[in-house]
Amino acid sequence: MTDRTSPTPWTGAGDDAVVDTADRGMVRARARERLARWGFVLPAAAYLLVFFGYPLVKNVELSFQQYTTTTLYSGVAPFAGLRNYAAILTSDLFSEALAHTILFTAGSLLGQFVLGLALALFFQRRFPLGGVLRSLLLLPWLLPLVASGTTWRWMLDPDTGIVNAVVRGLHLSSSGVPWLTGTPQALVSVILVNVWVGIPFNTAILYGGLQEIPPHLYEAARLDGAGPVSAFRHITWPLLRPVVSVVLVLGVAYTVKALDVILTVTGGGPAGSTETLATQAYKLSFQEFEFGRGAVLGNVLMVISFVFALVHLRAGRRARAAGQALT
Amino acid sequence: MISPAGRPTRRIVPCLAAATALLLAATACGGGARAGSPTDKITSITVLDYYTEKSEHDQWDQVLTACGRTAGVRVEQTSVPPASLIPAVLRRASSRTLPDLLMLDNADLQQIAQTGALTPLDRYGVDTRDVAEGILSAGTYQGKVYGLAPYVSTVALFYNKKMLAEAGVAVPDTWDELKAAAARLTRPGRYGMAVDANATFEGTWQFLPFLWSNGGDEKKLDTPQAAQALRLWVDLVKSGSMSTSVLNWTQADVHDQFAAGRTAMMINGPWRIPAMEKDRNLDWGVAPIPVPRAGRTPVAPLGGEVWTVPQNASKARQAKAAEVLNCLNSASTMLTLAGQHHTVPSRGAVAARYAEQNPSMAVFVKGAEGARARTRELGVRWPRAATAIYTAIQSALTGRQTPEEALRQAQRTATRD
Repeated sequence: MTDRTSPTPWTGAGDDAVVDTADRGMVRARARERLARWGFVLPAAAYLLVFFGYPLVKNVELSFQQYTTTTLYSGVAPFAGLRNYAAILTSDLFSEALAHTILFTAGSLLGQFVLGLALALFFQRRFPLGGVLRSLLLLPWLLPLVASGTTWRWMLDPDTGIVNAVVRGLHLSSSGVPWLTGTPQALVSVILVNVWVGIPFNTAILYGGLQEIPPHLYEAARLDGAGPVSAFRHITWPLLRPVVSVVLVLGVAYTVKALDVILTVTGGGPAGSTETLATQAYKLSFQEFEFGRGAVLGNVLMVISFVFALVHLRAGRRARAAGQALT
Repeated sequence: MISPAGRPTRRIVPCLAAATALLLAATACGGGARAGSPTDKITSITVLDYYTEKSEHDQWDQVLTACGRTAGVRVEQTSVPPASLIPAVLRRASSRTLPDLLMLDNADLQQIAQTGALTPLDRYGVDTRDVAEGILSAGTYQGKVYGLAPYVSTVALFYNKKMLAEAGVAVPDTWDELKAAAARLTRPGRYGMAVDANATFEGTWQFLPFLWSNGGDEKKLDTPQAAQALRLWVDLVKSGSMSTSVLNWTQADVHDQFAAGRTAMMINGPWRIPAMEKDRNLDWGVAPIPVPRAGRTPVAPLGGEVWTVPQNASKARQAKAAEVLNCLNSASTMLTLAGQHHTVPSRGAVAARYAEQNPSMAVFVKGAEGARARTRELGVRWPRAATAIYTAIQSALTGRQTPEEALRQAQRTATRD
């Protein structure tokens, strides 16, 4: 990737001049610089190769092997061809888990984003204790998910949970809502919990994006007689767009693979109604010890994340272009 | 943790120095940790188990230390949470760093023995006479005994005596009595019955006594017998005698419900007894799990942890570990352990003596006698069947499928290549 915004001093002298004057000192200096450049790249490259490249390649390799508990001790993993893929991709569980993953991701993102944006806009105004409140908002992000997930599980308990106590108290339903025990409701519940988990991230990034918008644009708009709605439509939204796409793409990557929320709140149940690709992969690998098949699902998740990573890169480029346009 | 010998600290310094100079040197320092030539005198052995709870860990520490003393070694016990044990074992098996003595849940033994990481116990002359058939079969893989359990356990029906008396209900013996009793015991804010039907192996474990007592079989799940057993649970939930939350409860949650007086009866294991005994306000009793029809004998699943001797480069260490294992399974240690953990000694004669001394444990002694190992029929294929079973339970209890449909699907997933 070339970075168009930063100046590149090394090519500044121009190649022709170097050849013409045959300035050896300059050539040596440039060789040293090139070496230094590689020196800076090398640690990062080595890190990426060891901690991202190797596991990635290993996971792909795993998915073509019959890799069981025995393999871990003996090291023997017979080549299985496409058998793992065939078994996983044709099973009912896969299409169900895929549907749940899509619903979970879409639902979570929608909730997180809308509420996150609303809160970010709200905190943009100045009011007493605004800063304190804004930092308190980060709390869900700082809590360990297992702790907050367990608390949610208690709160959503159909018999004794506080949520149903409120529902009954307000006479919305006499029997309460089966938050964790009904098959369509459980998925809604984990989405709601995940929305709660994701709001701080969305608010923080969007708030940052809003701070970047020059206030004089709003002043000018006000002079032109624009109300808050048209100011949002014609100033805030277009200038926030690059940040929005970054937030959404990162949100997809975080949500598609979400495992801890689901495992602590419902464990994939009831009756597999909150089973996603991530929980399926976990169960196959670490409960049934079918590492090869678990790896297949891992690869599916990687492909999804990869697609969105590409989108992210493009969004990043657009964001930089927009940044340039502003300055 | 720093051991009293102070060895680790000394090893760290050169390691750190080497690592800063050259990354590769670090591996050399790690490698020698467990070395020991066969002629070396073995002074300590390592033990891995899942007894993380403080009181349990301490009790085991005492017993292991005592057994270590008879074998002339110091025992270094490490405990990991139950859910992390198998991942830890697999990881350490692949890096050849398994402990000298390893504890496993009996349902996992065959799976681990299949990997080749364990050694058969006959080569150490371990005494397996008079060991109950159920637990011996759970510890056996391909005709060889790999693990022995000092004690076994199973599940039973716990009931709140006061609530039963108030409602004028007798302790249920049959399924019909259970349904009737549960219905009469149900009040606002209280359920008659509670089980663990969650989407883990625990849910399967609690369902097995109902499946087996009715003649159901894990090898063939799409039978009327299995469907009847599942229908019993469905009926209990549908009639409101059992909370739909059973879908999410662990055995510990079920116990909490019982202790809080929110359920009058529950299925649970004897390891809950210490906590119940501490609770002064709780007047509880225990009975065998109700059977489909009067006169049938209940068949309960066999619980308990087996002790194994993993592969090891040092024969001397293995011999020491086997000595400790033998001591754990001796009659006197067995009695101590069973008493501490409210479980049942695994040798027939010892169990009989124990039942005489502890009449309150009679239900479990009898239950454990006829108990069946989860891996008896399917061996290493058990985890998949267990997954299929809890999935079927959940599908039926949520009303997504009828018991028959759910079990048909379970049979398909359990037997798929």
